[in-house]
Amino acid sequence: MQVAITREPIDAKALMEGLKAGADGAVCAFDGIVRDNTRGRRTLHLDYEAYEEMALEQMRGLAAEAITRFGVRDIAVVHRLGRLFVGETSILIAVASAHRGAAFDACRWLIDTLKKTVPIWKKEQFEDGAVWADGEPFPEAIAPGATASGSADR
Amino acid sequence: MRVRVLLFGVLTERLGGKERVVELAEQATVADVVAWARGLRLEEGLVRSLAVAVNREYAQTETRLSDGDEVALLPPVSGGCRGRAV
Repeated sequence: MQVAITREPIDAKALMEGLKAGADGAVCAFDGIVRDNTRGRRTLHLDYEAYEEMALEQMRGLAAEAITRFGVRDIAVVHRLGRLFVGETSILIAVASAHRGAAFDACRWLIDTLKKTVPIWKKEQFEDGAVWADGEPFPEAIAPGATASGSADR
Repeated sequence: MRVRVLLFGVLTERLGGKERVVELAEQATVADVVAWARGLRLEEGLVRSLAVAVNREYAQTETRLSDGDEVALLPPVSGGCRGRAV
């Protein structure tokens, strides 16, 4: 299992090659890249930041869970931080498995789960301003802000 | 007791900084840190969206704190690739 956070460009090809072993029948990869717009608004770059120690622990935990849950042989997950420009890889997930079905499923589950729980944020710089991207709401089990301390006005 | 409160994403801009030291009563819980954040005039919607980690693990409202704990206030995360398609 290879799990990392980096500030350097991610070499997707090298990661996938490095993962392969004789027992594998498939390597399925998800390469998340910076798109040139959000809802039509032109993006110049993204700045990613993380709660790094926790993010790494979360990523390790999810990769290990994916191996057990889907019965795949090995996984590499690398997330990049710092300033990324259009077309650059922000996250690479590669899953090696004897059979393709499990590899596809594990890869999909990993990116979907990671996006909801791993503490990484991005700020989007547009031509006409910058905003912190709206994250998806946390799964209910981990959002105490929603329930804590009652005198909220709604 | 004193805890270190770590701030991320939009919170660093709203509150001007990445870290605060917060004084809490003995036997304080995560709920007290959320109440502290609420007292800083953050929008209620933002406070409600936060998750809290204590010493790098997601914690519940009732999780008890200890002196010296590292408490992180986490806005909804947006790592990986792009968010919603719409």
